[in-house]
Amino acid sequence: MHVSQNWIDIAYLIAACLFVLGIKGLTKPKTAVRGNMLAAAGMGVAAVVTLLNERIVTYEVIIAGVVVGGLIGAIMAKKVQMTSMPQMIALLNGFGGGASFAVASAEFFSTSSSHDAVSMIAIGAAVLIGAVTLTGSLVAFAKLQELISGQPMGFPGMKLLNAILFIGSIVGIGYLVANPGSEMVLWALVAAAMLLGLFLVLPIGGADMPVVIALLNSYSGVAAAAAGFIMGNSALIITGSLVGASGLILTSIMCKAMNRSLTNVLFGVMAEAG
Amino acid sequence: MDPVANLTLFVLAIFLGVELITKVPPTLHTPLMSGSNAISGITIVGALVAAGSEGSTLVSVLGFIAVVLATINVIGGFMVTNRMLAMFKRK
Repeated sequence: MHVSQNWIDIAYLIAACLFVLGIKGLTKPKTAVRGNMLAAAGMGVAAVVTLLNERIVTYEVIIAGVVVGGLIGAIMAKKVQMTSMPQMIALLNGFGGGASFAVASAEFFSTSSSHDAVSMIAIGAAVLIGAVTLTGSLVAFAKLQELISGQPMGFPGMKLLNAILFIGSIVGIGYLVANPGSEMVLWALVAAAMLLGLFLVLPIGGADMPVVIALLNSYSGVAAAAAGFIMGNSALIITGSLVGASGLILTSIMCKAMNRSLTNVLFGVMAEAG
Repeated sequence: MDPVANLTLFVLAIFLGVELITKVPPTLHTPLMSGSNAISGITIVGALVAAGSEGSTLVSVLGFIAVVLATINVIGGFMVTNRMLAMFKRK
């Protein structure tokens, strides 16, 4: 079935409007339930219309993935205890970051997508932010679920190591722009980003975790926006940056409510303050 | 789409996102976080394209993983948010 790209983009615009109304609704007690419904409807519109994308030639993998993911997601959402909500959100958010990371990796190895400078920067950004979100969220989940100690954990030189990992990742992305086929550098970037996510969240104590989860949620939005730049997809760019920005504001509001400083959360130095 | 148009969308959506959240009562912090987490599952759009496009086995495997993870994020996210909000209503 051939549908003009214009119609697909108009459907994405409708989905984006539903997300805006949904987020707005979720900020007020009276409209919160409707807000969530509107956002879910927007997601339905965006997902269904994407199936008409001209790059999609086979549906087997898609159907298998949606069935498996849908079942796991529904069972998790039904079974989870109300008291375990923060770690549930952390886990779900980690999966979202992991998905953006997997999308970027698939695009890196795909021969049917372009690998110009913009795409490579976007692939690098999505891999970096997506992988940080994945491992960071898993640590947050493990701490809240008490799989590991909720106490701040660290070692001397951790901040220096984080700075090296981050700068190394940026240099790696720069190298990938110049040499788009370099698989070794991509794997190195993946490893550095995963370690960075781990080391950014380990030093933060369990009590501050909700703020960290809000921040990681903002990151996963940015990762989705980066994936949008790889694919030239307006829905991903608009919605990803929307969540990235509103997530950051929510993080800052939550910080204020808990008497924490946002810069301290951003740079993972809460362990010293608390 | 051309990169500058994409950049325009990106920057404008960031401003919109900043303006969108103003005053949120503390009881809604967690549901709002959960709801926007579900929305960040929009990456399912990229995952569907990656999983359905022509490519090597590696690309298909990565696409499959992306679809599974994104679907868990979307379905789990909206359902969990709904459960949380339903609890508030009863109070």
